[in-house]
Amino acid sequence: MPWVSRGLAIWCKDLRIEFRTRYAYSALLMFAFTTLVAVSFAVGGVVLDAGLAAALLWVILFFAAMAGLSRTFVQEEEAGTVTALKLAARPEPVFIGKYLFNVTLLFSLAVLVVPLFLVLIHQTVAYPFPFLAVVLLGVAGLAGASTIVAAIVARAGTRGPLMTVLAFPILLPLLLGAICGTRTCFAGERAVAADILFLFCYNGAALAVSLLLFPYVWDE
Amino acid sequence: MFWQILLGIWMTAVILASFLYMPATQGLGQTGRIIVYHVPAAWLAVLAYLMSMLNAVGYLRRGELRLDRQARINAELGTVFCLLATVTGAIWSRAAWGWYWNWDPRQTSIAVLLVIYAAYFVQRSAVSDQDRRARLSAVYSVLSFLTVPFLVFVVPRVYTSLHPDVINLEQGGFDMDRKMLVVFLAALAGFTGLYAWMYKLVTRLEALLDKMEEKRGEAESVG
Repeated sequence: MPWVSRGLAIWCKDLRIEFRTRYAYSALLMFAFTTLVAVSFAVGGVVLDAGLAAALLWVILFFAAMAGLSRTFVQEEEAGTVTALKLAARPEPVFIGKYLFNVTLLFSLAVLVVPLFLVLIHQTVAYPFPFLAVVLLGVAGLAGASTIVAAIVARAGTRGPLMTVLAFPILLPLLLGAICGTRTCFAGERAVAADILFLFCYNGAALAVSLLLFPYVWDE
Repeated sequence: MFWQILLGIWMTAVILASFLYMPATQGLGQTGRIIVYHVPAAWLAVLAYLMSMLNAVGYLRRGELRLDRQARINAELGTVFCLLATVTGAIWSRAAWGWYWNWDPRQTSIAVLLVIYAAYFVQRSAVSDQDRRARLSAVYSVLSFLTVPFLVFVVPRVYTSLHPDVINLEQGGFDMDRKMLVVFLAALAGFTGLYAWMYKLVTRLEALLDKMEEKRGEAESVG
C-alpha cells in the first residue's frame, strides 16, 4: 500500500512541523476556548435543553475547525514547499497525509474541549460510549470535508473567510447528523445507532469524493 | 423568432388558465394555484443545477473553457429559479402554515442549495486566473453534490415534512384534478422552454462580448 505508507510519511512530517511551531494547534485551541467561555458565560447557571447544548457544542467545534484547518495547505504555499511536495509524492498520498493530520489535530482538540464543555454547561451524558463515537465520527467528518476545501482555498490565493463560506454548505448534513446524535446521547430518549451509521456513511462518502477530486486541485 | 412568439402565447395562456380554467384544489383551496408557478420554478432550479454539475464534470475531464462558461451560466439561471421557488414557497407557506419560514425539510434543503451556489459564486469571484477559477469551481461544484443524498434521505427522516406531495407513490400517478394536471403540465413545458430560451440568450450574449474583447485587442495591437 504505497498510498498509505507515503501518506503516513507526510502525516509524520506535518506533525513534526506542528510540534516545532504549535501554530495551528494553539490557534485552534484558543479559538475553541474563547468561544466556549463566551457561550458558558452567556448561558450563566441555566441548565440547557439537550438539543440546544448539542447545537452549541457543534457550533464551537465547527468554527474552531474552520479557524485551524484553513492553514493546512496555506502553510505549504507560504513556506514555498508546495513544489517539493508535488515532486515527492502523488496527489492521493498528499491528501491522505493532510487528512490524517487534520483528524489528529481535531481529535486532540476534542479531547480537551468536549469534557470542558460538559463541565461548564452542566450537561450530563446518558449514553457515554455512543457519545464518544458520535464525537469521534463527527470530528473526523469535519476534518475530511475541510481538507479538500482547505486545498481549494490555498489555490484560490485568498485567506480568511473563504474557508468558512465554502466549507459550511458541504458540512451542513454532517452537522445536522452530529447535532441530532449528540442530542440523543445527552437526553437518552431513543436509539442512537442510526445517527452513528449516518455519520459513518458521511465520512466514507466525503473521503471517497475528496480522493477523486483532490488531484484536480493539486496538479496544475 | 417564431419560437419566442409561440412561447409568449403559451405562457400567457398558462397564466390565464391558472386563474380562470383551473379549479381550486381540495384541501389547499385558492392557494393551490401557486403550484403552476412554484413547482416548475423548483424543477428548473434542479435541472439547471444538475446541468451545471454535469458541465463541471465535463470540464474536469476535457478542460475546455466553453464547458466552464456553460457551468457558470447554468448555475446563474438555476439560482434565479431557485430564488423564485424559495420566494413563492415562502409566500404559500405564510398562507397555508402561518409562517413565511419554519425550517420545514423542503425549506432546509432549498436553503442549503442557495448557500452552496452563493459559496460557488463567492469562490469564482475570489480567483482571477481563468483556468484556475474554472478548475477550482468545477471541483467545488462536484464536491457540493456530496450533500444531496444526505439532505434527500436523511433530513426527512429526522423531521417530518408538511410539504404537500404531488406524486402519490402508493397509488402510482399524480394526485391531481384532471383540469389542474393539464395546466400544471403545460406550465412545466412552458417554463422549460423559457429556460432553454434564456440559456440560449445568455450564451449568445457572452459569445458576442468575447468577440468584442477580441476585436478590441486586435484594434489595439494594430493601432
